[in-house]
Amino acid sequence: MKRHIEEEIFLLKEQVLFMGSLAEEMILLTIKIFIERNDTIAKEVFEREEKVNKLQMEIDEVGVKILALYQPEATDLRTILAATKINSELERVADQTVNIAQTCAYHLLKETPVPSLTEIPRMSSIAQEMIRKSLDAFSKRDTNLANSVLEKDEELDTLKSNVFNQIIGLIKKNPEKAKSFIDLMLISKNLEKIGDHATNISEDVIFMVMGKDIRHHAPVK
Amino acid sequence: MKVEPILDIRSIHAYFKNNKAVTNVSLQIEPRKVTALIGPSGCGKSTFIRCINRMHEVIPGARMEGEILFQKKNILEMDPVLLRRDIGMVFQKPQPFPSMSIFDNVASGLKLNGLRNRAHLKEEVEKSLIAAALWEEVKDKLDSAGTSLSGGQQQRLCIARALAIKPKVLLLDEPCSALDPISTAKIEELIFELKKIYTIVIVTHNMQQAARVSDFTAFLLLGELIEYDETTAIFTNPKDRRTEDYITGRFG
Repeated sequence: MKRHIEEEIFLLKEQVLFMGSLAEEMILLTIKIFIERNDTIAKEVFEREEKVNKLQMEIDEVGVKILALYQPEATDLRTILAATKINSELERVADQTVNIAQTCAYHLLKETPVPSLTEIPRMSSIAQEMIRKSLDAFSKRDTNLANSVLEKDEELDTLKSNVFNQIIGLIKKNPEKAKSFIDLMLISKNLEKIGDHATNISEDVIFMVMGKDIRHHAPVK
Repeated sequence: MKVEPILDIRSIHAYFKNNKAVTNVSLQIEPRKVTALIGPSGCGKSTFIRCINRMHEVIPGARMEGEILFQKKNILEMDPVLLRRDIGMVFQKPQPFPSMSIFDNVASGLKLNGLRNRAHLKEEVEKSLIAAALWEEVKDKLDSAGTSLSGGQQQRLCIARALAIKPKVLLLDEPCSALDPISTAKIEELIFELKKIYTIVIVTHNMQQAARVSDFTAFLLLGELIEYDETTAIFTNPKDRRTEDYITGRFG
């Protein structure tokens, strides 16, 4: 006989994964705004943010309900804690994409185009991959996949540092375009933060599967 | 309550001679839902549930005041035997008929109601045992004594016996208090299945059980109904301080 709590946890995980798919789409849409210089896409990002915000509240409510009604223990307990923590991370991922969409739509695209940096689309694709893999790891309870996300974070940090260094030089050469260059810095910072959220999700997955808290430490082998 | 209640309990008081066990309790029971009654020992929850199928009044000196409507009919104006056919009951301690086989335990109610055809009886017994999630465990030993089963199986046998006569409401009076955790889990899962068809009212002093199995929870204290709400609300945000104190283990 299947325990009723298992069905509740299954539905909770489904909701988190659905929210994750929305967040992933939002990353894709924002980089599309940036590359295609098309601010009409921003509307699609904002619409998804509303859905994500609603889901965040619903998922927390379901989590509280399961905790209150079933007194889960061990793996069940860790899964619910992980799901609610991942819920917060995903909402912040969505916020980062909204920031990018706003930066593009309200500032960057209104200015004369500046030489773009190849690192930014690259960062976006890594950030999206990290989110996707961290959610796959959550879905499949796969700690190897979660660890691979942790390793990827360094690449994103390095790319962000490259962007910052290049922009300092560009501002010195073209001070009249400083505003647009600062926007590029902000976007790279937003993308780097998305990677941090993917890292946190992966750490939550490792805690969920193994019961080990690896935050602020090296990855578990 | 949006749907029409199957049981509408209006200001009931229950007494044992001069002692009042239940004071002015009103609540409406939604069909095909599980309603749990919780509260400390002696709070009147078992007395209350026994008023619903007029089992309370069979105790010498016991009486009830107020009105209980079952499908809009006043239960005091109904034949108690017919009422109990519609509102079955399972007790705390499994009570299979000691001299009867597993088959006869389930068939007994049907026979009392005039069903004699062996093939038909067999069919109904099988259906009831399947519904009570016991069939797979007993199908090869239907002639064994009901009392030869484990405690958890005996309790499911009693549920099968109650289901055989096709009640609309099942009253469960602490059905798991004499059972181990595995048997308890089986009964709880069974309750989830049964509520698709039946209305269930369960008395339990195990709050976690109420939280796990029920849709609505009523908290009784010293014979009074303190709070009645959706179970999620009771266990996440109770309105009354006394409910909060009880479910958080501050008393009781």
